Amino acid sequence: MSRRLRLWLFAVGAAGVAVLFLAAVLRMPEFGGVVHPLRAAVLDAAAAHRTPNVVSAVNYDQRAIDTFGEETLLLTAVVGAAALLRGGDDAPPPRPPRTMEAVRAVAYLVLPVTLLLGLATVVHGALTPGGGFQGGIVLGTAVHLVYLVGGRAALDRVRPVTVYVAGEAVGTAAFAATGLAAAATGAGFLANVLPFGTAGSVLSAGTVPLLSAAVGIEVASGVVVLLAGFLRQGTAGDEAAG
Amino acid sequence: MTVLVAAALVVVAAGGTAVGPPGGPAAPAGTLGGAGLLVTRRCAVLEAPDVGLAQLAVGTVVVPLMVMLTVGANARAARKRRR
Repeated sequence: MSRRLRLWLFAVGAAGVAVLFLAAVLRMPEFGGVVHPLRAAVLDAAAAHRTPNVVSAVNYDQRAIDTFGEETLLLTAVVGAAALLRGGDDAPPPRPPRTMEAVRAVAYLVLPVTLLLGLATVVHGALTPGGGFQGGIVLGTAVHLVYLVGGRAALDRVRPVTVYVAGEAVGTAAFAATGLAAAATGAGFLANVLPFGTAGSVLSAGTVPLLSAAVGIEVASGVVVLLAGFLRQGTAGDEAAG
Repeated sequence: MTVLVAAALVVVAAGGTAVGPPGGPAAPAGTLGGAGLLVTRRCAVLEAPDVGLAQLAVGTVVVPLMVMLTVGANARAARKRRR
């Protein structure tokens, strides 16, 4: 594709986005105003499915198909990055890098708290602020506190990358399988077909907690796989170089 | 409240701008983390604690770490080439 053609393609796309964006913004209800037609519609739909966390009701129920698109997008991004970062030195370095005692102590203390916070955020996705994506990010990041404590050798011991590669696939497949199971009942792809249960209990809101957990597994695994690739390339030979 | 939101947005814009300018490729890792923290604060002001949590992890830890590791790997490769 020539440079000229590329620029034209960009101009057409950008103009289209600009027109649609402006048209959408101009018709949006005023920011911070008193009339909220969209909020009313979303709140009613969330209450009908007994999902107190309205954001999760939108993400995993009302617009679950959008979330599925985002999940496959994340999967594609992780697969692409992993492909680019493949190879490199696989042997862990002989000794951990120097880390301040205070940093290691804090990492020790914070690790279990962060893991629990991530798990709670995923599991209570339908009830309290958070959900699979937010909790998954926290979980994926928490694992890397081990790096601060013991360097790459310790991280490689507690974090077998192959497990997380599988987790990435399993999470995405679980999301798709839940959607297909709903379709098989005749309700439609990703329709909320499970019983809604008692509002406020962990297993309520139908398929919302299932999809939240699937996303949590996928996102946490994705972060770990992504950072594993960067760490392998970025710390190879650190210790040898001194 | 409006003042708080406006202040948060202005600070985020300033923080985002600070990520770009001089200092070579290594400098953005630090400023990027700082800007991420400002965006997190804006999320809290706009009553989106869950987005803030994800932003805290992605914007202040994961992305700056990836930048730092990439810059480190590049610097090492450049040193090896010179030798």
